[in-house]
Amino acid sequence: MDVNIDKYLRQDKLPHIWCPGCGHGTVLGSFVRAFDQSGLDQDKTVVISGIGCSGRASGYLNFDTLHVTHGRALTFATGVKMANPELNVIVMTGDGDGAAIGGNHLIHSSRRNIDITVVLFNNNIYGMTGGQFSPMTPTGDTATTSPYGNIDQNFDLCELAKSSGATFVGRGASYQPRKMIKLMKEGLLHKGFAFVETLTQCPVNYGKRNKIGGARDMLKWQDENLVPAKKYEKMDPAEREGLISTGILHQVVKEEYTDKYKNVINTVMAGESNE
Amino acid sequence: MSKSITLLLQGDEAVVEGGMAAGADFFAGYPITPASEIAEGFAEQLPEKGGKFIQMEDEIAGMGCIVGASLAGAKAITATSGPGFSLKQENLGFAIMVEAPCVVVNVQRVGPSTGLPTSPSQGDIMQAKWGTHGDHPIIALSPSSVSETFDLTVTAFNLAEKYRIPVILLLDEIVGHMREKITIPPADELEIVNRKKPKPEDNDNFYPYEETEDLIPPMPDYGTGFKYHSTGLFHDKTGFPRGKTEDARKLMDRLMGKINNNLDDIIHLEEDLNGDEDVVVLAYGSTVRSAISAVNQVREDGVKAGWVKLKTIWPFADDYVRELAEKVDRIIVPELNMGQLIGEVKRVAAGKAEVTGINRYDGTLITPADVVAEIKGAL
Repeated sequence: MDVNIDKYLRQDKLPHIWCPGCGHGTVLGSFVRAFDQSGLDQDKTVVISGIGCSGRASGYLNFDTLHVTHGRALTFATGVKMANPELNVIVMTGDGDGAAIGGNHLIHSSRRNIDITVVLFNNNIYGMTGGQFSPMTPTGDTATTSPYGNIDQNFDLCELAKSSGATFVGRGASYQPRKMIKLMKEGLLHKGFAFVETLTQCPVNYGKRNKIGGARDMLKWQDENLVPAKKYEKMDPAEREGLISTGILHQVVKEEYTDKYKNVINTVMAGESNE
Repeated sequence: MSKSITLLLQGDEAVVEGGMAAGADFFAGYPITPASEIAEGFAEQLPEKGGKFIQMEDEIAGMGCIVGASLAGAKAITATSGPGFSLKQENLGFAIMVEAPCVVVNVQRVGPSTGLPTSPSQGDIMQAKWGTHGDHPIIALSPSSVSETFDLTVTAFNLAEKYRIPVILLLDEIVGHMREKITIPPADELEIVNRKKPKPEDNDNFYPYEETEDLIPPMPDYGTGFKYHSTGLFHDKTGFPRGKTEDARKLMDRLMGKINNNLDDIIHLEEDLNGDEDVVVLAYGSTVRSAISAVNQVREDGVKAGWVKLKTIWPFADDYVRELAEKVDRIIVPELNMGQLIGEVKRVAAGKAEVTGINRYDGTLITPADVVAEIKGAL
């Protein structure tokens, strides 16, 4: 079953410029299908992206779109959502954009539980600038700025978002587009801050350099190491070693930020009229 | 049925009153001395009118947030001081590039770095013009009293909306924190400008960054069906990036042109000149007060002196100062810095008048006596 996704894409901007074998197109394709299934109004939706390979995503999408400064997409998104809470606000960001320079905004947006859906393209590397290590490059891997092996420890971004207060946290992967579509749809429909990490392969700047191989080999790696969240929860810590959980990892109901502020306005305005 | 009200206010509080009067409905920012009273005032007043206040995690976020709010249709403002202003610069440049109207208040304190947090300075004159990277237009206004702070805050919003540009309001700590009597005019006596928006029927042939005759394209609110793209990259009329030299130059020329073609509307100044001056004190911000006091004193001694108050710092009043330099012998520029705007005065005067500065950069103010001494020493 495929749907007409053409209306969500700016046909004149395609084909995209992502490298052959890159997983970003799969993430973008999953997103438009998820959006279609969500039933949300295209005209009332704003997509905001930052800088890097993921930053290109907004340009391909037929919505009100904003391509901002490096790492700051969530700050602009917060302004859009606060100014007009009727809008659906989506942020497309990468592991460098969202977890390094934008890490502070990620934790504070999670903390506020503002109704924004974040799709974070995690390809474990700075792709656009030519393969420098990111906060998601695994320890020991090589990058142009870690020629002797990366000594930094990488984040678990889903744990970070969850512990910061995000009320929806999930992880998908380019090897599992159907699962990713379902996950993104749930994230879009969730009221509150929804963080969706997507694992996407960068064969050119990460896979090749670390001798993992091409796109096919990287997807095979995903196949061998992804575990559904429910199964992962039941596993012993020793069994989990090296494996990555996918699906909805965390979802709770908590009052949303713009709703809270609406209450402030209503209370203050009611107080004024009583005077 | 509105009437004017008289209050005793700080400059920072007058920013809040001016903003509310201008129709501000969004504030995002981060607390910093000596500008925090502005955030506090908006936090209290905005929800009373259905507006929004949000305290962000840092200064960078505050600037990004107001640009996002502006694109969603809000009249947005942030307020900061020197260190915060430095942090906002990249997103300020972004606002210039996507032509998002907004107001950025900088209540200047002494720098560099953390400097003197509670002492006045006019040290960010050049940062206001050149803080972000690349060539770009900017509008910066500087009030010298609490009452003028109210007026120029309204002007800042109006210019921002009219020209689709961030407008910087440069207070110094003296103006920000001193209390004065201020009369706020009735709402219906204020001229309020709102941005030009496209009509829904314009959607079919809509180009968000079109080179319209006035060089200022209409700006739709997000969510009204236009589905357009904005980027910090150089772009063509469609809003999408174009790497071509010709398009880059066209965009830059339009961005500069929309300001440079309207200097008479943007540049505000006041003068007290009799036309026979030997010496003129050209000042801005709190320093204006000492300049006026000093000129009044020396005139009693028969000195032919006058004063000029610049309310618009950027764009600089080139034509006015050029003509002034042709008429007078000497221009004195008092500044709470080591000499920033004086460079512009010298550039424009081009040797036609002698230009000297009075400079303090130690957190204390320039007194009328300092200006009197400089005037008399000049004669």
